Amino acid sequence: MDRDRPFRLITAGPVDRLARTVEALLVVASQPLSVDELAAAADDDPARVETALGLLGERFAEERSGIVLEHVAGGWAFRASREAAEACGRLFERPVERGLTAAALETLAIVAYLGPVSRPEIARIRGVAADSVVAGLVERGLIAESGREEGIGGAVRYRTTPLFERVFGLESLSQLPRLDDVGEEAVQIRERLEAVAERRGA
Amino acid sequence: MEVRELELDLDAFEGPFDLLLTLVLKEELEPAEVDVAGIVVAFCERLAERGELDLEACGEFLVLVAALLELKARLLFPDEEAELSELEPEEAAEELARRLAEYRRAKEAAAWLAERLEGESSRFFRLGPAPLAPKVERRLAPQEPEGLAAALRLLAAEPPAVSLSHLQLRFPPVSQFLERFRTVLSRRRVFDLDAEIVGMPRIDQAVAFLALLELRRSGEVSLEQAGSFAPIRVRRLEERRPEWTGIARSA
Repeated sequence: MDRDRPFRLITAGPVDRLARTVEALLVVASQPLSVDELAAAADDDPARVETALGLLGERFAEERSGIVLEHVAGGWAFRASREAAEACGRLFERPVERGLTAAALETLAIVAYLGPVSRPEIARIRGVAADSVVAGLVERGLIAESGREEGIGGAVRYRTTPLFERVFGLESLSQLPRLDDVGEEAVQIRERLEAVAERRGA
Repeated sequence: MEVRELELDLDAFEGPFDLLLTLVLKEELEPAEVDVAGIVVAFCERLAERGELDLEACGEFLVLVAALLELKARLLFPDEEAELSELEPEEAAEELARRLAEYRRAKEAAAWLAERLEGESSRFFRLGPAPLAPKVERRLAPQEPEGLAAALRLLAAEPPAVSLSHLQLRFPPVSQFLERFRTVLSRRRVFDLDAEIVGMPRIDQAVAFLALLELRRSGEVSLEQAGSFAPIRVRRLEERRPEWTGIARSA
């Protein structure tokens, strides 16, 4: 949201009325709403809904309002402003991410980057059985089942949920940073292994 | 320093090292669930606290932890054993390096997520289950009143009475068979029941059997059967009835 632009009052124009409707829809929603969902509920044109969202974005911005409009998890949603975070924290905890262990974060990372991915695959990469960690992440709502591997009795696959994107403040999974190319790393690691082997041999 | 008393606080287990080993050996704890690196770290910390190198403890720990690792590795990759043993050392080294790189990438991603979570800790939003979808209004297709009336008339008509005639059983009187058997017995001392009732309906056969029991009760016949489902042989008890009746008459 551009904070330098002047604050526009929402007046009685047709788009302004649509903006008020969109605002109401976002208040009652408990999850991010896409432009199409908003347009369908408001019974209006998606392009006009986007214009209305632009108006709301100016009004509900950091340092301007206690409520902030954000594009998150593939949709639009309201959240509390950052300056109110401390007060919000005194009111309630953020239960989804409380006590996420290193093991859980590793598993979450694997699912986010490689998902849909099965528990055996996660176990193979981490070198530790993933059953309890995966169950914990499912319970928190950060990952969910997403079909099975091919073949009879294929293992259940998991992917991250919109809640994951919301908790981590991501518009979509494509916002995850690219990691270093694996091939290059493999060469480096291998050289190190060989160096250790030579030292031991000597 | 007692290696076995090493206190552990892992994801899958909390308690002394020897209890963990016991549970693994009793197969009550999956070795795959055990974070072996966590055990090593705990041991190193304990070692560092003491400030002196306890060689005996180190040796014991190495043996135990190596055994645990081997067990875990075998269970984690049961079907890959053959596959890996077929690899040339060169290929095996490459595979190992590839896997380590893959894991390192996962660790890096996890580190990024942890950092992101820290940065987004001031993010508060409303959380709740998805609200119910709005009710769809169901509209009925236009209806002809005559059609509706016809349908209702069908429902209002009294259904035909259900016949129970097939359930009624007609039992012939027992006396009929009593007479019949007495007649047979007056001509023959012994007869087989089966021969007398063959070809009769089942109900008649059942009544005939009841008549036979009646004769037995009154002491007119004795019944013999060699075994279950064997023919029932009926034998007249000769003298008793006339004698008894005779006595009764004379009395």
